Amino acid sequence: MSILVNKNSKVLVQGFTGSEGSFHASQMIEYGTQVVGGVTPGKGGSTHLDRPVFNTVEDAVKATGANVSIIFVPPAFAADAIMEAADAGVQLIVTITEGIPVKDMVYAKQYITERGVRMIGPNCPGIITPGEAKIGIMPGFIHNPGRIGILSRSGTLTYEAVDQVTKQGMGQSTCVGIGGDPVIGSTHLDIVKLFNEDPNTDGIIMIGEIGGTNEEIAAEWIKDHCKKPVVGFIAGQTAPPGRRMGHAGAIIAGGSGTAAEKMRVMEACGITVVKSPADIGETMAQLLNKVKA
Amino acid sequence: MKLHEHQAKDLLKSYGVPIQEGTVAFSVDEAVNAARTLYPNATGKEWFVVKAQIHAGGRGKGGGVKLAKSIQEVEERASQILGMQLVTHQTGPEGKKVHRILIAQDVYYPGASEPKEYYLSITLDRAKGKNIIMASTEGGMDIEEVAEKHPEKIIREWIDPAVGMQPFQARKIGFAMGLEGEAFKNFTRFILNIYKAYIESDASMIEVNPMLKTSDDKIIAVDGKIDIDDNALYRHKDTAAMRDINEEDPLEVEAGESNLNYVKLDGNVGCMVNGAGLAMATMDIIKLSGGEPANFLDVGGGANATTVENGFRIILKDPNVKAILINIFGGIVRCDRVANGVVEAYKNIGNIPVPIIVRLQGTNAEEAARIINESGLKVKSAVVLKDAAQLVKEALQ
Repeated sequence: MSILVNKNSKVLVQGFTGSEGSFHASQMIEYGTQVVGGVTPGKGGSTHLDRPVFNTVEDAVKATGANVSIIFVPPAFAADAIMEAADAGVQLIVTITEGIPVKDMVYAKQYITERGVRMIGPNCPGIITPGEAKIGIMPGFIHNPGRIGILSRSGTLTYEAVDQVTKQGMGQSTCVGIGGDPVIGSTHLDIVKLFNEDPNTDGIIMIGEIGGTNEEIAAEWIKDHCKKPVVGFIAGQTAPPGRRMGHAGAIIAGGSGTAAEKMRVMEACGITVVKSPADIGETMAQLLNKVKA
Repeated sequence: MKLHEHQAKDLLKSYGVPIQEGTVAFSVDEAVNAARTLYPNATGKEWFVVKAQIHAGGRGKGGGVKLAKSIQEVEERASQILGMQLVTHQTGPEGKKVHRILIAQDVYYPGASEPKEYYLSITLDRAKGKNIIMASTEGGMDIEEVAEKHPEKIIREWIDPAVGMQPFQARKIGFAMGLEGEAFKNFTRFILNIYKAYIESDASMIEVNPMLKTSDDKIIAVDGKIDIDDNALYRHKDTAAMRDINEEDPLEVEAGESNLNYVKLDGNVGCMVNGAGLAMATMDIIKLSGGEPANFLDVGGGANATTVENGFRIILKDPNVKAILINIFGGIVRCDRVANGVVEAYKNIGNIPVPIIVRLQGTNAEEAARIINESGLKVKSAVVLKDAAQLVKEALQ
């Protein structure tokens, strides 16, 4: 078991024939992901990477039975692609695209929420269930099948945590990059709930960033409901207020969203918070040993 | 992207929002001319406000906003404010140089009722994924201060994305603020038009503080702050052209031209990282190692010789930098290529006077460490993040 995706996930690639879509689709196929086809409007009926190309997501779902779609289309057209996937009945959408206007995402989020469709991203590395399915742009080889669930807003910082967990001799059940934008499909809380219910996840690593209050909201829930040890880290302890640190969501506005405040709340809720990103893997290993002892 | 007050007001006015009228001026002569044309039926008794235009709040307290009771006083105030180094709680101690001023009408004239100030803003509520309107009777005060001292005085109204702001919501806010009669009617039009401006211009924040009820029951925007979503600027060429480079850090502008995401900070250890989250985490590591980060720098997905060289050049322009930490997690990017890029960039620049620590992890990390160690350059390499932190500590001693 795992969360969200596994070896049975049938994946569609939107923006299949573009350079990003092509490169990452072939990496996903190489990893063993069931990529069943792609969508590029106007190129329907052709074949790409030995898979069929469709004009619309609706056609693709009908023909292939795809239940997951990964989106690589450029920012100006990404919200449209998200809504098309939701309308076609895809259950899970993974949006990799970075730089989507916030207004577009506000509309798209409402649209998919009304249809009960789950989305990961945008501006995220995607999801991987090691050894089963990689639906994203992360380097597959650093992952190892195992029992730690990892969720994070960022890409390379997630890889860092994955690598530390692997080096501790552990592995990952599923890793989810939820994305660095102000409006995202699934929050920390949404993913923590799934890990909490997953029988094959023993511990959870939750990585946050300055900006917003999603980490605090997840922490409050963890305090009352989470049955598993949680290690937390917040990036941006040294970031000044009012400045955007790369991610559009990483901006401290009006005293809220600081790393210090997030860490305080997380600790108060029983999460083991590490100050240094170098300590994430080791701390998880120690916590699990304590649980076993 | 931030707009100046005068740009924000012009934008609001184009959506039918009544504003405190004014004209921007870049010189004292322009300021005097602006004042002369502000009142078409001048009687000689009209007052003006001279307002410094910088991208920071707290201008009034810093001496950047002055009342002028005649054209001659406009001239005096304009020559005081133009070129001044304006220090506010948002500029940092060095302040910001004033390159432009707004000559505006004084709107606090006496009349049938007392003028009263209010607070109004629209921004995104990230947790809900919806826009939120916040209003308060405590005009002129920072909303943070109101939130702390009188949280009950903040009125909040969330907008359904599918249908947009509805008139009943405008009425709810107006009643909650205690407005009546003509002022109430004027307010509902005012807020609905501001919301329209917010949506159509792809703003991420509009703040009107103060919003003024005049002595004759008009509702007008006396100040205006607008931030536009950078991701949406491609569809607003007119707004994008309003960018004022004077308000930005020259190093940040230069970095942007090389497609590097750079934010200048005050510390002594420069860093160069791929990915925003890891970049922030690297800044935190620097602090925990006894240093202070000199910058945020995300080189993005394509860390090659050119981006590394550009990154070096920008970091080295900051005289406070005593060491540089490069932290790259190679996923799709191969570490050995990045290592060759670092060596090449180092040789192109010539002598780099500060110690450099390179931490490359991920694809071909061992090979990368070998390349760095055998390069003969004064560069130390690490694979594990902990070791990199230790090397930073040693470099600072």
